[in-house]
Amino acid sequence: MSYSAHYDAIVIGGGHNGLVNAAYLARAGKSVLVLERRHLVGGAAVTEEIYPGFKYSVYSYVVSLLRPEIIRELDLPSHGLEILPLESTVTPLPNGDYLGRWADHDQTRRELYRHSAKDAEAYDDYGKLMYHLAFAVKPIVAMVPPDPTSLSPRDLLSLLKLGKHFRSLGATQFYALVKLMTMSAADFLDEWFETQALKATMSASGIIGTFLGPRSPGTAYVLLHHYLGEIDGSFRAWGFAKGGTGAISESIAGAARRFGADIRTEASVARVLVRHGRATGVALENGDEITARVVVSGLDPKRTFLKLIESEHLPDDFVDSIRRFKIRGSSGKVNLSLSELPKFTCLPRDGPHLRGAISISPSVDYLERAYDDAKYGNFSRRPYMDIIIPSMIDPGMAPPGKHVMSIFVQYAPSDLEGGWNETRREAFGDAVIDTLAQYAPNLPGAILHRQVITPWDLERDIGLTQGNIFHGELSLHQLFFLRPAPSWADYRTPLDNFYQCGSGTHPGGGISGTSGRLAALRVLKDWK
Amino acid sequence: MEAVNSDAMLKGTPFHSRTSALCQSQNWRRWSGHVVAGSYELTHDREYFAIRSSAALIDVSPLHKYMIEGPDAARFLNRVVTRDVSGCAQGQVLYTPWCDEEGKVIDDGTLARLGEEKFRLTSAEPNLLWLHNNALGFRVTVGDVSESTAALALQGPTSREILRCVTDADVGGLRFFRSMAAEVKRIPVTISRTGYTGDLGYEIWVDSENAEPLWDALIEAGGPYGITPAGMLALDVARIEAGLILIDVDYVPAHRALIEDRKSSPFELGLGWTVKLDKGSFVGSTALLKEQRNGSDWQLRGLEIEWESLETLYADVGLPPQLPTIAWRTSVPVYGGRHQVGYATSGCWSPILKKYIALAHLHSTHARTGTKVEMEVTVEHRRKRAVATVTSTPFFNPERKRS
Repeated sequence: MSYSAHYDAIVIGGGHNGLVNAAYLARAGKSVLVLERRHLVGGAAVTEEIYPGFKYSVYSYVVSLLRPEIIRELDLPSHGLEILPLESTVTPLPNGDYLGRWADHDQTRRELYRHSAKDAEAYDDYGKLMYHLAFAVKPIVAMVPPDPTSLSPRDLLSLLKLGKHFRSLGATQFYALVKLMTMSAADFLDEWFETQALKATMSASGIIGTFLGPRSPGTAYVLLHHYLGEIDGSFRAWGFAKGGTGAISESIAGAARRFGADIRTEASVARVLVRHGRATGVALENGDEITARVVVSGLDPKRTFLKLIESEHLPDDFVDSIRRFKIRGSSGKVNLSLSELPKFTCLPRDGPHLRGAISISPSVDYLERAYDDAKYGNFSRRPYMDIIIPSMIDPGMAPPGKHVMSIFVQYAPSDLEGGWNETRREAFGDAVIDTLAQYAPNLPGAILHRQVITPWDLERDIGLTQGNIFHGELSLHQLFFLRPAPSWADYRTPLDNFYQCGSGTHPGGGISGTSGRLAALRVLKDWK
Repeated sequence: MEAVNSDAMLKGTPFHSRTSALCQSQNWRRWSGHVVAGSYELTHDREYFAIRSSAALIDVSPLHKYMIEGPDAARFLNRVVTRDVSGCAQGQVLYTPWCDEEGKVIDDGTLARLGEEKFRLTSAEPNLLWLHNNALGFRVTVGDVSESTAALALQGPTSREILRCVTDADVGGLRFFRSMAAEVKRIPVTISRTGYTGDLGYEIWVDSENAEPLWDALIEAGGPYGITPAGMLALDVARIEAGLILIDVDYVPAHRALIEDRKSSPFELGLGWTVKLDKGSFVGSTALLKEQRNGSDWQLRGLEIEWESLETLYADVGLPPQLPTIAWRTSVPVYGGRHQVGYATSGCWSPILKKYIALAHLHSTHARTGTKVEMEVTVEHRRKRAVATVTSTPFFNPERKRS
């Protein structure tokens, strides 16, 4: 295939946001080129057959918040996107019991009642409050963040809308929102529930991808993110993509190509070409130069501004704030090929629990201890794990009768004491398997192949600085108009014609595609 | 208290011992005097996704089945159905409606040519009397084998692999709408590559006394391929996505319509492709020829209800769009401008297409693909109208269905 030497737009990085961005630009009639360093597109959303016959969603493993408007506007189902439901969450307990939350409301209530009659009722009230708050926060997630210090009409208008929006919340909800923004997940949930396993499993969604523990202030806010998908519940944007997360990237790439975008793999960008404060194209590692009217980076902020661009082209204070941007990696991944299903002591038979999420989060103390290890530079000896068995949902992920298991693991600090190496990586993998074997004793004997991924691998293999899966921590001081840097949250950068569209911009985190879409809309608005 | 009179009870199908043991939800549906599972699990989502992403096992035994045999079997059938049976090869299956003299649809089903002089016809309603009456003068016998034949639909992308595990017959060579005799674990069956889901799938016909071992064999072999027993709730969503109509829901059978307006011709139901007017005279052909010349007043089309429109209607009451969690089967008015131009008869949220879809009878003036119409939706007890686009069906039509 031949590529032209000039494009309307070049998108650096074929991750899901880069692909969404390219698709929207191409849809608007622009000539677009996506440049991806690896041999396949998707970034952290890829499916690879590392062990023959077994397919891993190597890094990112569930779809949580893929925006309905993106699914619709890019018509992703026609490009093969199928999201299969993950209906339950089961938390095995050290005493041989478990806590389950199921697809059926009555079944969940009965199960919670078994642990605490009060919690069974509080759970519905909590769900209702979260639903309201998520409905309130949703427009914020979907908007280009205004700059609160700016006096431009656009920013003022956005701020005004935002102010009005918040006044429309009732007092109870407003106070709850303030609490969510300031409290720790554990404290916030303490106000609602008494069952340890319930609080721990729920608070876990507040710590995923952050270098914080369930008792760290600010973690409550992320609880809300979990409910954002639920207000578009019928879309079932929460689940597992058939064919693994790579199928999501493939469907977006398919849409981009149908709109006419070129996608080049094994094309690593060395730097962005800059002339007179304006981006003019890119230079590849192989020396090729490709020019474009606009360049968009889907890489994380550090990689984008500290590696692709010589700092002389950027204002000092901006470079400083990007340097200070918190991007500590805290999680890893273990992918397993299994000869048989795990038999959990708490639910020894095959059953629906194997088709949902299994959470190793028996208590808040357990999670906080796991964090304690990481605070002082070690990986958790007893980590938090979020496990799914994709082959139970999509039999095509493994040979008949065999299975793949995806284990998200936290904490694995990027700056491990003494540094990561292959031995330390396997020791981390051993800790994961040892922990899991306490709940499912047959697991170690069923492993045919094991892939262990640490922040070290995430940085080397897919270019995530410090292995941070969200391109920067999702803590309040790095969200909304502060993401990735004050005054530069609107996808523009200090360089003309240079934009950012990765997860390090608002709203960030997970496979949502919002950053890619909003950045494309920004680019198109500026085009005139 | 007197014991329940067993004559008054609905019948189980030949698979009842198996399906009742699995039906956790106790959600049973009536179908031709039988009970079949509405859903097996407490929610039906997974059963739906089995149809689209692995394999679903669906008990379709309550279908009426007729065995038509004799030297004139093909000639007779050619006279009663709208498709051309003379060109139907052995091992071929035809989907076909059949009509009354006015060219209005009585019923629809599949017609399988099992031998030179042997066919099996399925139908939703009893049709024995009507077949008998039309058989006068033909050397055929029409036998009702509804009770003695059980049927399972095995539908979904992994259905072929599952069948390969249980039979030596050439499942891979069986093309779309073909059937063949086979043995599943020594049980004689007929396998046809047909179904009501619009996906890759098969229907397996078996003597009722062998029903249970057939079920067991499929469930056992299908385990590694994600086989999932699925009920009517899941099937209903799949058939709407496939644009397949349902008697008594999307049309009223001509024999039971109390007034003329309730009847529909094949042309009006989107089944014009099944009407072979050049094959010679058949029941209803004169009326159908006339309708073909003059055009039809109605057309059954697909509707895609626009999400943005729903979002606006619901935002007015402070809610995100509330969509039905199961397929609906009611008549819903459809408007073009100020006037009602038709009515939708079934609809659902399509989990695979991520679209709200419906099947609708539309005046031919408003039936062109791309036409914008409005469908009534009830938003917080108030009747509103959501913008919808007329589309062709099937809504979902994967390559694997035919490949």
